Amino acid sequence: MALWIALALALAFLVAFPLIKLMIASVETRDGAFTLNNYATAYGRARYLEALFNSLKLGALSAAIATLIAVPMAWAVSRTDMPGKGFCWAMVMAAFVLPPYLGAIGWILLAGPNSGFLNVLWRAVTGAEDPIVNIYTFSGLATVIALHSFPLVFLFVKSALDLISSEMEDAANILGAGTFATMRRVTLPLAGPAILGGFIIVFLETIALFGTPAIIGIPARINVVTTQLWQFFEHPVRMEVAAAYAMPLLLITVAMIGAQKLLLARKGFVSQTGKGGERREIKLGAWRWVMFAWCAGVGLFAVMLPVMVLVQASFAKAWGRGLSVDNFTFRNYYHLLFEHDMALTSVWNTIWFSAAAATIALIIALLVAYMVVRKLSRFADALGFLAMAPFVIPGIIMAIGFYAAYASPPFAMYGTAALIILAFAARFLPIAFANASAAMRAVHPEMEEAVRILGGGRMTAIRFVTAPLVKRALLGGWLIVFIVATRELSAAVFLVGPRTRTMSVLLYDLSEAGNFEVLAAFGGILLVITMVFVAVGMKLAGRDFMLRRS
Amino acid sequence: MSRLILSNLTKRYGALTVVDGVDLALEEGEFVSLLGPSGCGKTTTLRMIAGFVPPDGGSIALDGAIISAPDSVLPPERRGMSMIFQSYAIWPNMTVEENVAFGLKLRKLPNAEVRARTAEMLETVQMAHLAGRYPAELSGGQQQRVALARAIVIKPAVLLLDEPLSNLDANLREEMRFEIRRLHNAFRITTVYVTHDQAEAMATSDRIAVMHAGRVEQIDAPHLLYARPRTRFVAGFIGRTNLIEGNVANDIFAADGFSLPASSMAGQALPPGPTLVSVRPQSIGLHRGVPDAPSGHPVMQGTILERTYLGESWDYVVSPAESGLRLRVAAPPLDVHDVGGAVWLALDPRQLAVVQ
Repeated sequence: MALWIALALALAFLVAFPLIKLMIASVETRDGAFTLNNYATAYGRARYLEALFNSLKLGALSAAIATLIAVPMAWAVSRTDMPGKGFCWAMVMAAFVLPPYLGAIGWILLAGPNSGFLNVLWRAVTGAEDPIVNIYTFSGLATVIALHSFPLVFLFVKSALDLISSEMEDAANILGAGTFATMRRVTLPLAGPAILGGFIIVFLETIALFGTPAIIGIPARINVVTTQLWQFFEHPVRMEVAAAYAMPLLLITVAMIGAQKLLLARKGFVSQTGKGGERREIKLGAWRWVMFAWCAGVGLFAVMLPVMVLVQASFAKAWGRGLSVDNFTFRNYYHLLFEHDMALTSVWNTIWFSAAAATIALIIALLVAYMVVRKLSRFADALGFLAMAPFVIPGIIMAIGFYAAYASPPFAMYGTAALIILAFAARFLPIAFANASAAMRAVHPEMEEAVRILGGGRMTAIRFVTAPLVKRALLGGWLIVFIVATRELSAAVFLVGPRTRTMSVLLYDLSEAGNFEVLAAFGGILLVITMVFVAVGMKLAGRDFMLRRS
Repeated sequence: MSRLILSNLTKRYGALTVVDGVDLALEEGEFVSLLGPSGCGKTTTLRMIAGFVPPDGGSIALDGAIISAPDSVLPPERRGMSMIFQSYAIWPNMTVEENVAFGLKLRKLPNAEVRARTAEMLETVQMAHLAGRYPAELSGGQQQRVALARAIVIKPAVLLLDEPLSNLDANLREEMRFEIRRLHNAFRITTVYVTHDQAEAMATSDRIAVMHAGRVEQIDAPHLLYARPRTRFVAGFIGRTNLIEGNVANDIFAADGFSLPASSMAGQALPPGPTLVSVRPQSIGLHRGVPDAPSGHPVMQGTILERTYLGESWDYVVSPAESGLRLRVAAPPLDVHDVGGAVWLALDPRQLAVVQ
C-alpha cells in the first residue's frame, strides 16, 4: 500500500504534473490570470504558422524516404537469399545507434554546397560549376533525417515479414503468380499495417526532432516547430507562448499513435494468425546482388560516409583540405581533452546523468510493471498508463513541461543536474516500462507460486526466482535507456545550465560556433563512448538488444 | 477426523459466482479429483485450498484448524502443502537437483539430510541421472517428473495438482497418469487433483467430485459415478448416455415405448411424477431376433437409423417401433447391422439410473 502511494507520487511528479503545468501555462498570463493571448501570439504570425506546416511536410517527406529505403531492405533480409545479411544488420544497427546530429554534421561535411566532399569531387570530375547535392535544402534535410530513422521502418516491416509463412506465397504461386506478382500482391499487403506503422513512427520522430533541423535547418532558413520552440526560449524567454505553440505537436502525436493502434488492431497482423508454417528463402538469382547493392548503398550513405568524413575532419587542421600528412593533427582532440573548460565536464555529466536517469526509470518501471503484471492492486493499471504516457509526448514538449513545472520557485531547479536527470527519467520511462513488463511477463506467475506453496514468502520468491530470471532482460533495458539518454538533445537543450551541459548540448553549441574540426573531434569522442556502451550491451544482453521491439 | 474440509466454500468475481457453496471432505491419504469442464470453478477451488485466492464465503479447515475464511487467509507458504502447476513452474535458473532441494532448504534442514532426501526422491522418479541438468535441457515428461519430485519430497500435508498432464502428448499423458497413482500408493499423501479429463480422473482417484457451474454435482468412486450418475449433467459428462423421460405412477415407470417396475431401477422408492433416467449405450442389449429376457426386462423392436464405427465398437442409433425415442446403442465390431435393418432391444432395469 505504501509502495503504491510512493509510486503514484513519483509518477505524478515525473509525468502528470509537468503535463498539467504545460497546459495551464498555455492559458495563463504571467500573473496567473486566464488568457487566450498566448495562443493568439503563437499562431498570429505567418512565420510561426509556416513552421508548423514545414514540420508536417518534413515529417511526411522523411517518412516517405525512410519507407522507400527500408522496405526493400527488410524484404531482402527477411525473405530472400541475398548475401551479406549480417553486414546489412550491422548497418541498420549502426544507423540506429549513431546520434542523429552527428549524422547531420557528417552530411554538412559531405554535401555542403561549396566545400562538401561530394560536391568538390563532382566539380573535379565534371568541371561543373553547380553542386550536385546541397544539404541546406528542404529535401536535403529530409534525406538526412530519413537516413537516420529508416531503421524504425526496417524493424517494423522485418518482424511482420518474419511472421509470414512461405505457404502464403506458395498459395499464390500455385494459382499462377510469379515471384514479383506474389511479393506485390500478397507479401507486401500482408506487411501493409507494419509499413504504415513504421511510416507513422518516423513521421512522429521527425516532427519532434530538434538536433538535425537546428543544425541544418537554421542555416538553411527552414523553420520548423521544434526550432521555433527553441527561439521562444531565447531571451526574453516566452515559455507560455512556447507552451501554447507546442499543443498541436502534442495533439498530432497523441492522435497518430491512437490511429496507429486502431489500425494495427483492426487489420491485425493477419499473418500472425498463421501459426508456424515453413519459411523458405526466395531465390533471387542475379537480383540478389542488386538487393545487396541497395543495402550496401544505404549503409554507405547512412553510416560509412558520414562517419568517415567526421573522423577525417577530427584529425584535420582544416577539414576541406582532405587527407594528407601535413593536414593531420591531434590538436582538436588535445584542445577538447586538455584545454576546453566544458568538454570533459560534459562527458562526465552525460554519463552520470544518463546512468542516474536509467536507474530511476528502471526502478520505477520495474515496481509498476510488477504490480501491473501480477495484478497486485486495482490501481496498478492506472500507474501503468502513467508510466507509458510519455511515449506519446515528444521529448521537446516534455522538456518545456518540466521547465514550466520546476524551473521557477518554489522548486527553482532550472539548470540543476536533478532536473535534467528527472526529465530524462520521465522521457524514457516508457522504454524502461516496456522492457520491465516484458521481462516480468516472461516469468510465469506459477514460478513464484511454486516457491510460496513450498514455504517461501513473496520476498524469497523474488530473491531466488524472479530476480535471477529477469536480471539479463533488465540489464538490457537499463543499457537501452542509458544509451538513448546519452544522445538525448531535445529534452536537455531547454533544461541545462552553464555547468550542467551534456555532450549533446555542447556539441550543438560547438556546431553554432562553426568550428567543424573541433566539432568533429567531439563527435568522435561521443561516438567512441556510445560504441563502448553498445559493445558492452551486446556482450551482456545479446547482439541485437537495441533493436528488439517490445 | 478428515484431513481437509471445505465447507460452503464460495468465490465471486464481480457478479459472477465461480465457486458456489462447495462442500468436500478428504480423509487422510485420500486421492480426490475435481473433474469438470473448463470454467466450472475447479481450478479456483484448488487455488483457494492453496491459499492463493481468498474465499468470499465458507471456510477451509486443515486438520481441524481454519486456514481460509473470508476475513483471514493463512498465506500459502504457511500451509505445509505443495502443488504441481499446469506450467510445471520448474525454475529455469536452478538445476533439477536444486529445484527438488529448494523446499527442504526453506525448511532449514541439515545439508546432509537435504542431499539424502533429494537423491532418494530423484531415484524414485527415475531422474537421478539428470540431477545436474537445467530444466531447458529436459523433455516435457522429465520436467513433469521434476515437478512431482519437488512437490512430494517435502512430505506435504496436502498435495495439489492443477491439470498437470494437459501439456503432454497423449502417450506420455497415459504413462504419467499411472506414475502419479504409483507415487500416491507409495507415499499416501492426501491429494486434490484438478482435471477436465475423465479418463485421467478415473485412473488416478479414490473419489471424484464432478463440478459444474461452481457446484459439486456428485462425489463418488469412479465406477459409481459411471453406473449411478445422480444428475443429468453427470450422466452426460461422464461417458455417453441416453436420457429418457418418463413418468412414475403406481410403482410403474412408463416411458415412450416401454415400462417397467419402478422399484427394480433404484434402491429406494421413487416418488410419483415425471422422472428422468439415464441408460448407457453399452448396457442396452442389441439382438437380431426376439431376445430371451427375464420378466421385468423390457424388450422392444426397432430400426437402425444411423451407424458409426468407432474402432472399439459400433455406435448405432435405433428408433424403437411405436416410440418417438432415439437410443444410442453400442455393439461389438462383428455385430454388423445395416441402416434400415430390424433389430430387438433389451433393457436391464438395474442398468437404468434415475437422474435429476
